[in-house]
Amino acid sequence: MSAVLEIEGLRKTYKSRRRGTRNALDGFDMRVEAGQVHGFLGPNGSGKTTTLRTLLGLIRPDGGRMSVLGHQVPAALPQVAGQIGAIVESPQFFPHFTARDTLDLLAGAGEVPRHRVDEVLELVGLRDRAGDRVKTYSLGMKQRLAVASALLKDPKLLILDEPANGLDPGGIREMRSLVRDLAANGMTVLLSSHILGEIQLICDAVTIISLGRRVAFGPVDEVLAQHSHGTVRVRLEAVGDLPTAADLLDRGGIRVTAEPDHLMLSGVDKPAVVSRLLADQGLYVSELAPVAVDLESVFLELTATAPVPGQHRQVDQSTKVGGPEVTRGGWGA
Amino acid sequence: MSLYRTELRRLGKRRFTRYMALLGLLVLGAIVASAFVTNQKIGAEQVAAAERAAQAHYQQAVRDTDGFRAECEKAKAAGEAPGPRGFPDDCSQISPPPPEAFDPKWSLPSTFRFHDDFAPTLETFAALLAVVGFVVGASYVGAEWNTGGMMNLLLWRPKRLNVLLTKLAALLTGTAVVTVLAVALWTAAFWLVGHFRGTTTEMTAGVWRSFGLTELRAVVLVLAVTAVGFAVASLGRHTAFALGGAMAFFVVAQVGLAIVLQLAGVRFPDAWLLPTYGLAWMRKEVTLENYDACNASPTGGCLPDQLSITWQQSSVLLAVGLVLALGAALWTMRRRDVA
Repeated sequence: MSAVLEIEGLRKTYKSRRRGTRNALDGFDMRVEAGQVHGFLGPNGSGKTTTLRTLLGLIRPDGGRMSVLGHQVPAALPQVAGQIGAIVESPQFFPHFTARDTLDLLAGAGEVPRHRVDEVLELVGLRDRAGDRVKTYSLGMKQRLAVASALLKDPKLLILDEPANGLDPGGIREMRSLVRDLAANGMTVLLSSHILGEIQLICDAVTIISLGRRVAFGPVDEVLAQHSHGTVRVRLEAVGDLPTAADLLDRGGIRVTAEPDHLMLSGVDKPAVVSRLLADQGLYVSELAPVAVDLESVFLELTATAPVPGQHRQVDQSTKVGGPEVTRGGWGA
Repeated sequence: MSLYRTELRRLGKRRFTRYMALLGLLVLGAIVASAFVTNQKIGAEQVAAAERAAQAHYQQAVRDTDGFRAECEKAKAAGEAPGPRGFPDDCSQISPPPPEAFDPKWSLPSTFRFHDDFAPTLETFAALLAVVGFVVGASYVGAEWNTGGMMNLLLWRPKRLNVLLTKLAALLTGTAVVTVLAVALWTAAFWLVGHFRGTTTEMTAGVWRSFGLTELRAVVLVLAVTAVGFAVASLGRHTAFALGGAMAFFVVAQVGLAIVLQLAGVRFPDAWLLPTYGLAWMRKEVTLENYDACNASPTGGCLPDQLSITWQQSSVLLAVGLVLALGAALWTMRRRDVA
């Protein structure tokens, strides 16, 4: 598969006399294959938007290499900009123009045929409100308009930063189906979102960023498998046998966590081993179920951003790749 | 070219542009209307009325003088001292001014002489449209930055300098079209004022050429100030940066400076103030005078020191200001991150 987007060792440093140096991007890598719907995940302040802005030429990088559709950017951005549709962060438009005016002007500036305006308005469901001023739009409608503006060029690479932000449940489902359809028609979609359930549903692959570095990447299934840790839930016919079973399994080299009515085992490669060990001692299982991890738990584990009772996590307080330590605060890091 | 056409459309579609242009034209219209109302044509009737008024003033002066002389003689007869009223020693010296001292011209109503009175109106025209141009120029790019429109556009057109310069070109084109049309209407309107409420005589080809050149300088001034407004707002990425900056400049660097210069006893304080150069640009030359100095005149008495500021000097200042503002705007557009 050819890569539509490649980033290697991307660095962006912000310097402040008062607060020192902050590495927004600290050698970040990314690869998005053609035709993929690629999820781009990270906690607030991890560098997602900085990456997208840098890729689109809005921010000047301090180091690293980026290429889009085979062209080095930002140098060749003028050649490839016509093939990249993007929305970055919250949708922003001139409030006194109508949606049609807004798209018309963009189409004019980008030499896009005018009939595309009607096509994308229809696609995002704004056809009947196209003549209304943008200032009368809800956040969800502005979001739809932003997606319409990104689709106007009929791009090869579509970059969507939080496209579901402000959408109602129906809108989120429509957005999911739209992204899927676009990908099915050959468009590559890079999707940044915090709705991890959505990402898991529609993305082929993901990249997870934390404090400016990549902490995980690859096809969604592989990323989940890498972090499932062979977790298995065991129930016995007699609850009273749980302590004996826990002791037995522990001696068998399996990590056991006792719960009131079941045991959680981790590091289990073959669940059949558990069944055999217990049966040999006359303990019979009523349930032996591998526990599937979801993207949210993997994300929280990798970025160390899971909430801890009684603690208030600060922005930029997450995991730094290359070490298990959790850093606190971005400035001066 | 498509971007240029699009930017022209964007400029025309903006409500603020339309409202400001309309407001500027309305104020200009009000000035023309007031000139029309407050002037009138001078005919035989007005001349006769003025002569009657002059004669009446003369008669009143004679009566006043006679009364004063009578009081003087009465005081002399009573042997009173000259007192605070200052009677002369010889009361016969008190005589009325001659009839020719009461020129009927002084009593004529205001009339608009196109030949003499039109050029000063162009200074008002240029000042007003320059303010409108500054505000529209600042808002045109400032609102784009503020609402995220500029960022959206840069996603389509990543060549930043091209985008900024194309926007500027579209703005100046729009401003030039409006200003040229407005100055043509202004000229026609005041010619009509002269025709119906004054006189349009003495208009030679040379006078028209002089008016044309003054109008050209007015258009250039409006365009330059518009470009400065655009550049400053682009520099701060917000309309308020330009408007606040202009306000601060005039309050601190002009009014404040004028006070300081007066206190310091500088010879020609107006030479440090921007409006002087604007006037010099429009009038071709402004002569400043220092009445604290005394240069002997051939006929006796004092002549003040003089300093001439020419339109050429003004053009240098205008060009330097424009280059600095635009240069800074282009540099920051190229270098600063769009965050």
